[in-house]
Amino acid sequence: MNKTRSKTPKESIKKHFLLFMGPVLAAFIIGFVWPFIQGIYLSFCKFRLIKDAEFIGFSNYGKAFSDASFRYSFDYTAVFAVVSLVLINVLAFTVAYILTQNIKGSNLFRTVFFMPNLIGGIVLGYIWAMIFDGILSRYSTSILLETKYGFWGLIILMIWQQVGYMMIIYIAGLQAVPDDMIEAASIDGASRSQILFRITIPNVMPSITICSFLGLTNGFKLFDQNLALTGGQPFIIQSDGSAIKTTEMMALNIFNTFYGSNKSATGVAQAKAVLFFILVAGLGLLQLAYTRKREVQQ
Amino acid sequence: MKKDIIRKTIYSVVLAFVCIIWVLPVLAVVINSFKVNTFVKTNTFDLPTGEMNAGFSNFVKGMTFGNYPFFKSVMYSVVITVLSVGLILLFTSMAAWYIARVDNMICKIVYFLCVFSMVVPFQMVMFTLSKTADKLKLNTPFTIPIVYLGFGAGLAIFMFVGFVKSIPLEIEEAAAIDGCGPIGTYFMVVVPMLKPTLISVGILELMWVWNDYLLPYLVLDINEYRTIPIHIQYLKGSYGTVDLGATMALILLSIIPVIIFYLACQKYIIKGVAAGAVKG
Repeated sequence: MNKTRSKTPKESIKKHFLLFMGPVLAAFIIGFVWPFIQGIYLSFCKFRLIKDAEFIGFSNYGKAFSDASFRYSFDYTAVFAVVSLVLINVLAFTVAYILTQNIKGSNLFRTVFFMPNLIGGIVLGYIWAMIFDGILSRYSTSILLETKYGFWGLIILMIWQQVGYMMIIYIAGLQAVPDDMIEAASIDGASRSQILFRITIPNVMPSITICSFLGLTNGFKLFDQNLALTGGQPFIIQSDGSAIKTTEMMALNIFNTFYGSNKSATGVAQAKAVLFFILVAGLGLLQLAYTRKREVQQ
Repeated sequence: MKKDIIRKTIYSVVLAFVCIIWVLPVLAVVINSFKVNTFVKTNTFDLPTGEMNAGFSNFVKGMTFGNYPFFKSVMYSVVITVLSVGLILLFTSMAAWYIARVDNMICKIVYFLCVFSMVVPFQMVMFTLSKTADKLKLNTPFTIPIVYLGFGAGLAIFMFVGFVKSIPLEIEEAAAIDGCGPIGTYFMVVVPMLKPTLISVGILELMWVWNDYLLPYLVLDINEYRTIPIHIQYLKGSYGTVDLGATMALILLSIIPVIIFYLACQKYIIKGVAAGAVKG
């Protein structure tokens, strides 16, 4: 029927480049490549509108580093990311460990724990704002009035949302631990805790690594929940008149610098965004290198 | 053996208790959506009885609350999500097949860029992306899916390429020998094999687009077009005092479909999420 069929499939696929690659390439350039390149360039510029951008070198970066609210948001985000990472992972591992012990109702429990993961960040924020204010109003205070309420409130929210997600990854890891290994150990007289710490945990190390990095990057990139729960409140007014929002994380700080009242700070905001990107991408690359290394070892 | 049964029973009881705690926030939304606004803050954890009972008035009020009809934001959310997920599934799987099979220099570069885009936080591109989208008129619910296709391509292509590489080439070669061209081979031979990955990727992208707040907020003209997350954020944004009862009614309406969808497709959702866990 078709004389060209003697060609290898690869050659004939190649001719359809525009059909197969065209739509994605066009959208990818519009939605990622071009904004990314432009974003890097604008971080070295002074501008209000993109068309009258003026190159000024590294001065935006200097301003970003000397911005007290940005430095504060970095510290706050880092502490938040580490605390939430530890709590979420310990809880998720515990739940996953119990659920893989053949207990009654484990399917139902799994369903319930995972459910909050599907609710969007903005909605989650308002649900928990109502709950926390319902509790705190009895003591005539509010989640918006104290930094520590905002901090721990967001931690509780993230635990509720993320434990189920991490649990799924841990369950997959735990189910892959060879049964005969555990059996052999228990025949040799190992106690339950010895089996847990000497056999189970070393065998699920890859899952622990994945979840740790996921937890860390999720913590750093958090935006919706932060915006909806406290929006950065309460403020501290500094001696120079500028305000620090004490529960504002990095992503929200960048957003507020872009779209806040100071319209001449867009360049600084873009510089902050580049620094933020380097930080998050660095964590991602670290994860990749680490998992690669482990794969070689095994 | 007996000790084992006791231990497992204790585990079950403890987890059952934690499960109840886990459901409480959703329950709090339900009871407060039927409560008169002024009591939401003072009696958050009481049942809406007596004078606190608002019946369905919060739901009625919620429909036009925030000077924007709620059903419109539901409609825009559905349009954007369906179009975006459809575009992403169709075009990224086609591109992934091309990348995996042709595997030349251009393919390697595109694949590298896709993996790279997965570690780039949205804040990095949000300003320039929203300006670009504005300029190209991608700022309506019917055109914003192109932006989602661009920004969401990374993860989808990464997952599809991984799967296509595991399909043996012989099947496609057999189709070619039988006279099937690349387009026919792709749609009639490759797509059916891709089905599990299509479902996984579809669910991940669906959850992302449906819940996404910042991208549509920055790209769309929000006086005209609001998605559900934007609508809910604006209930608080536009007024000093918020009608919490009506807000909870809208939140309940917006999470019910999500929960039904979850209970119906739980198996696929959990599988899809586990498959997407590689994302950094």
